[in-house]
Amino acid sequence: MGMKVKVKLAGDQAKVKLLIRHPMETGRRKDDSGKIIPAKYIQTLTCHANDELCFESQFGTGVSKDPFLSFTLLNRKAGDKLKFKWVDSTGDSDEKEVVIK
Amino acid sequence: MKLSRRGALKRLLAGSAAVFLVPVSALAKWAEKAFNATKLDEAIKLLWPNAKLEKSDKVRLKAPEIAENGAVVPVTIGSDLPNVKSMAIFVEKNPSPLTSKFDLFKDAKPEFSLRIRMGETSKVIAAVETTDGKVYFTEKEVKVTIGGCGG
Repeated sequence: MGMKVKVKLAGDQAKVKLLIRHPMETGRRKDDSGKIIPAKYIQTLTCHANDELCFESQFGTGVSKDPFLSFTLLNRKAGDKLKFKWVDSTGDSDEKEVVIK
Repeated sequence: MKLSRRGALKRLLAGSAAVFLVPVSALAKWAEKAFNATKLDEAIKLLWPNAKLEKSDKVRLKAPEIAENGAVVPVTIGSDLPNVKSMAIFVEKNPSPLTSKFDLFKDAKPEFSLRIRMGETSKVIAAVETTDGKVYFTEKEVKVTIGGCGG
């Protein structure tokens, strides 16, 4: 598991692409022996800019494996600190910080 | 009014208790009921209990006409409305129709692209809640060649 972030500053808008390595198991899939693979999927993902909350997303099992998200943050400049954090249905979490160049 | 030391202390404690009742964080709890709902109408009602939905061209939904692989369907939800509070994407025929919800706070443009799963050909619904409590939506039929809900 891990997070990859790409940020491109265009004027005062930061265009962000975020890729999270995560199985997003729905709990409905079976393995080769026919056993149900337990559910494990990201439920919340937050995005902060300079410690202020920009948005929070909530996911269900309908989000694809290795979630990919692209979005735009307004009023941004080089040097701004972005922070992303996800928490999944089993309580696992990960976070990543990047500074806009 | 006369205040005894004990009375004043009581008031002070009551005051601080009230302060603690204010949510410390703006973070929403994961909308468990809405995400677990198995019917579209139910999921929408659980997410926005009092809202009347109105079809609007101010909500944009970009999705393919035909998705060859239902496991990875790229979609974009966007809006020109000035006062967007939250946005959500539903797939009518998925086992759990609510795929994702976005709560906007500060400096987030109301536009998100992501990849969703679709078990079969279905209507995809993009809905936007504004700060005045109204919910606008748009929908699009997406044909799925190979379903992607696993199982």
